[in-house]
Amino acid sequence: MLLEIYTPDQKVFEGQVDSATFPGSKGSFQVLNNHAPLISTLEKGTVVYKTNNNQERVNIGGGVVEVLNNKVVLLAESILKDE
Amino acid sequence: MASLKEVRTRIRSVKSTQQITKAMKMVAASKLRHAQDAILKLRPFTEKLNEILQSVVNSTEDISAGPFSEVRDVERVLIVPITSDRGLCGAFNSNVIKNTLSIIETEYQSVHDNGQLYLLPIGQKGFEYFKKRGYNVIEEYSQLFSRLSFDSVKEAADSAMDSFLNKELDKVVLVYNEFKNVATQILRVEQFLPLVGETEEEEQKDTTDYIFEPSKSDIKTDLIPQSLRIQFYKAVLESNASEHGARMTAMEVATENADELLGDLQILYNRTRQAAITKEILDIVGGAEALSGK
Repeated sequence: MLLEIYTPDQKVFEGQVDSATFPGSKGSFQVLNNHAPLISTLEKGTVVYKTNNNQERVNIGGGVVEVLNNKVVLLAESILKDE
Repeated sequence: MASLKEVRTRIRSVKSTQQITKAMKMVAASKLRHAQDAILKLRPFTEKLNEILQSVVNSTEDISAGPFSEVRDVERVLIVPITSDRGLCGAFNSNVIKNTLSIIETEYQSVHDNGQLYLLPIGQKGFEYFKKRGYNVIEEYSQLFSRLSFDSVKEAADSAMDSFLNKELDKVVLVYNEFKNVATQILRVEQFLPLVGETEEEEQKDTTDYIFEPSKSDIKTDLIPQSLRIQFYKAVLESNASEHGARMTAMEVATENADELLGDLQILYNRTRQAAITKEILDIVGGAEALSGK
């Protein structure tokens, strides 16, 4: 599935991923291929996505995610620098 | 007639001024490119956010936009004039200031008389102007443009939104320059709060059956402030691009004027020089004639 991550300032990531985990408002959840359509708000936390056995992490400061037809769009309020 | 030396000094000073205006023009051009880039980068975010918001709104019966759209009697007004931090950009700042003043005069005179009109100028120029003239300036956000990012603008937007929610303000208006192209800026006056009902565009047919997490209304209360902040941010970005566009044009004109002035001065210089030479020859010839006449 295709994952796109945007902030108001820039496009952070775009590419095929196998799975993605988001810090949802009611707890963390994972999205896999062929997930049902979903809109969820996100809390401040870490987004983890897997591409070809690579695991990437991005810290976001809240946002919203939309899942539709194997396309995942994440609108992050901001990207936080790693501690 | 001016002496040769005087003219030479003036030519030199005009030339060095021209160099400065040329350099400023080039700096503005490069900054303009960045500013336009920022607007373009914001666009996909804005579109997606509106799309999501639309899907949420479409799937709920409750269409009220929450506390942000509450219309109250206008007693306390906040005007946000967006100017620049630096000058030398033509009529850019004075346009915003003039328009702000005329809005105050025509629409909010009574509010102003009651001392309930507040200003939150973005950019040093507007801040200095309104502060000096004794307006109620609530906060200063003048160093936004040197490191322009969503986070820094968010603060300003949030402070206006919080005051509105706490009923300390009944209306918030933005005054800014919208970027059309390098030479043209359009002055915009936009009502920021309360939310103006979006003109319903064509009804979206594909009402996908989304799962909403945590709930539709929660998402809505989360997204509406976000979309407001984006609107505010967009205004600041537009104004930033306009500023550099305006400065570029102003500096271009200044460079051209310097060219013209240089031409005139050069002619004056040549004439003066020729006159001096002619006078000298006349002197010599006169002297020689006086000698041979003997």
